[in-house]
Amino acid sequence: MPTIHYTDAAGSTIDINANVGDSVMETAVRNGVPGIVAECGGSLSCATCHVFVREDEVDQLPEMSEMEDEMLYGTTEDRRDNSRLSCQIKVTEGMDLHVTTPETQV
Amino acid sequence: MSTPTTERAETGLLIIGASQAGVQLAVSLRGTGFDEHITLLGEEDHRPYQRPALSKEFLQDKVDKENLIFRSQEYWDEHDIELVKGARIERIEKNAPGGDADGSPDGSGVAIATDGTRYPFRRLALAVGARARRLQIEGAELDGVVYLRSADDALDLKARLGDVQDAVVVGGGFIGLEAACSLHGMGKNVAVMEYGPRLVGRAVGEDTSEYFLQAHRGRGIDIRLGARMKRFVEGTGERAGKVAGVELEDGTVVDAQLVLVGIGVVPNTELAEQMGLAVDNGIVVDRHAVASDGTTVAVGDVANMPNPLPGAPEGERIRLESVNNAIEHAKIAAYSLTGRQEEYAGIPWFWSNQADLKLQIAGLTLGYDSTVVRRDDAKGKFSVLYYREGQVIAADCVNAPLDFMAVRNALGKGQNIPAEAAADPAAPLKSLVVDRHVQEVSA
Ligand SMILES: Cc1cc2nc3c(=O)[nH]c(=O)nc-3n(C[C@H](O)[C@H](O)[C@H](O)COP(=O)(O)OP(=O)(O)OC[C@H]3O[C@@H](n4cnc5c(N)ncnc54)[C@H](O)[C@@H]3O)c2cc1C
Ligand code: FES
Repeated sequence: MPTIHYTDAAGSTIDINANVGDSVMETAVRNGVPGIVAECGGSLSCATCHVFVREDEVDQLPEMSEMEDEMLYGTTEDRRDNSRLSCQIKVTEGMDLHVTTPETQV
Repeated sequence: MSTPTTERAETGLLIIGASQAGVQLAVSLRGTGFDEHITLLGEEDHRPYQRPALSKEFLQDKVDKENLIFRSQEYWDEHDIELVKGARIERIEKNAPGGDADGSPDGSGVAIATDGTRYPFRRLALAVGARARRLQIEGAELDGVVYLRSADDALDLKARLGDVQDAVVVGGGFIGLEAACSLHGMGKNVAVMEYGPRLVGRAVGEDTSEYFLQAHRGRGIDIRLGARMKRFVEGTGERAGKVAGVELEDGTVVDAQLVLVGIGVVPNTELAEQMGLAVDNGIVVDRHAVASDGTTVAVGDVANMPNPLPGAPEGERIRLESVNNAIEHAKIAAYSLTGRQEEYAGIPWFWSNQADLKLQIAGLTLGYDSTVVRRDDAKGKFSVLYYREGQVIAADCVNAPLDFMAVRNALGKGQNIPAEAAADPAAPLKSLVVDRHVQEVSA
């Protein structure tokens, strides 16, 4: 099963077995992982599902859309090179992804 | 024969309404250390789910029901939150005053469901939301005249679509236009009947209305403004009892095998009225989400609250219908229930997706006196900024997330984006933000 590792700003990690086709955001929210708010439920409207992807895994993900790119300029904690909106990352077969959640989303 | 009444064990907090606001309240309470048992009860026979996609991705078959579910069952179990589905509360009896040392009511009581089950509680939260406003017109009861508020409504609507070639949407508000775009995108002929002179008149300014009108007409949706409908026409033969069209006052008939009515919602205030709580277009609450009895909290679409926008005139009240409000309001109620007095203040925001148009709204336009339009047709971007006495108070942004984010952040920090500078669509709004006091000093 694909696994997503969520590390919060303080450094503690939760590992969740994810379903292929769900987003990294949905996987977190449904299981109550703190640190991802996702007000708009994945509609690419809120930018409260911001995560930092582990540097060496960034290139393994499909590229982001222009809309996601623009939305990332409005996140509460400033974007970095490895920033993504987790609702736009789909869980794929065999995925083993490490993300860190920002200190705050709103 | 009467069924024996069942009495449930007393719960620490009974939340009536297991949707956006109720779910958030339960989740936030666990986050704030509330350790009593929570019962999250709702009338619908589904696990709590998110509504926004019902008129958008779910209607278009782009996501399935599972994607709309808020939390897994394991989450509820682990957090000692008991979910009760398919139960409608019809009456509430508050315990008589006197339980407390000072003789004031302590907020406890019992809620009675339609099947007679009794749910005793120590504290009560009303997160009962709103229901679709019904249209009174000849033919309103015909088969094929539908509403869209719940998952059951959406499932019913989807099941009908196979037989539908022509659809009429009554109401050019957000839900009507979203559904119209979804249906049009699925190959149906769609006409929208809007009674008023412009689209989404309740929520956006004239420039935005006009933009949406042009865009939707451009894609082939037949939008009638100032539409006066006379009746829904019944079919004949095999289609007897079913809707076949909409007759306008001038006698023309628009074909429709489906009529979707989206003319707004009515807050579910009946329980509050029966309890004797103050009700005025929603359950009247204070800045802490507490109702007039001083103990019951009311959150989300059903609550009429002091305008949460910082700087709003004292005494101005509002009832908001949005996910953002349901979430933020519930958080405030969670504080109230744990004895921490936080005031509800924030920048309301909203979104609506209509075909290729992604609208994001920051702030509230209430009381605006001027606007600035930023338009870049080459890039398909459009935004309107609203000003009240020179201070930006809101923005409608279409496919322009940078503008949306800039305004939302500026409002959140109490900053301004001067109107003259904002009028240049090439200038990034983010670079124009100024602190209010700086502006006053230099003025
Ligand atoms: C089709 C659609 C699209 C939308 N799109 C957007 C959008 O894009 N963006 C946005 O911000 N908002 C959107 N909204 C609005 C948003 O969904 C609502 O603001 C939000 O659901 C309000 O949450 P609530 O919990 O206050 O009320 P509701 O969601 O109305 O929930 C109240 C619940 O209480 C239950 N209930 C009522 N009375 C009783 C009783 N007596 N006993 C037991 N249970 C009871 C009801 O069955 C219901 O499940 C949309 C709404 C709809 C219908
Ligand atoms: S959940 Fe809203 S943008 Fe990702």
